[in-house]
Amino acid sequence: MHQEYTVVEGDFVNAGKASSSVKKTLKQLNVNPQVIKRVVVALYEAEVNAIAHAYGGTVSVDIDADKIRMVVADKGPGIPDIAWAMEEGHSTARPEVRDMGFGAGMGLPNMQKNVDHLNVTSEVGVGTTVEMEVKFV
Amino acid sequence: MTLKEIVDTLGATVALGQERLDMEVEHAFASDLMSDVLTLKDTPVLVTGLCNVQTIRTCDMATLDVIIFVRGKKPTDDMVELAEENDMVLICCPYSMFKACGLLYQAGLKPLY
Repeated sequence: MHQEYTVVEGDFVNAGKASSSVKKTLKQLNVNPQVIKRVVVALYEAEVNAIAHAYGGTVSVDIDADKIRMVVADKGPGIPDIAWAMEEGHSTARPEVRDMGFGAGMGLPNMQKNVDHLNVTSEVGVGTTVEMEVKFV
Repeated sequence: MTLKEIVDTLGATVALGQERLDMEVEHAFASDLMSDVLTLKDTPVLVTGLCNVQTIRTCDMATLDVIIFVRGKKPTDDMVELAEENDMVLICCPYSMFKACGLLYQAGLKPLY
């Protein structure tokens, strides 16, 4: 099953709609609730990042019988130092992002904790792609 | 303690979920930072002063069913609608975060860590 969503820069009103939709789908598929939580927390973090830090992007989700694969690809500005961004507490969030309760530098580390596989690639001036996979069993 | 006891302790009002006040809860977490809420393992109750639609979304993702808004914050209609879709309880308390947490702790609600 393939699902695709568009996320828009700064659109905090709709931030999380893609993750919420994926949550409903996984519930309908009777996936273990603990696994659903790991999936949607990681996806929500990535979705909020694309809205808060980037110029929007796309969320692509592929659900198989035994796993879910999620790709969040944004349109830039890109991350100059991924290793730095992966450390807890490191953030470049603007004040308006912090006003929404985000920007503590917990996003990428929290994705790492919740998924079985995480790959982050980024090119400054082009964009960042976050690939995540969670096994259902 | 029950949600009804929480409401009474805080002199609070219920914006959503009046019919679920007999729900028993043991632990709570307090934060205005949703990034921290997303790192929680298991707790049904969040005490927060952050009152926007992302509070509801974050609690949906983190599987928190009960939100206690402090400092007199009131959820908007959009927030209540989204919370209703996700079977949440929304409680509004006039006290500061510090006072609300102090009263709940004194009444027996336990911290998550």
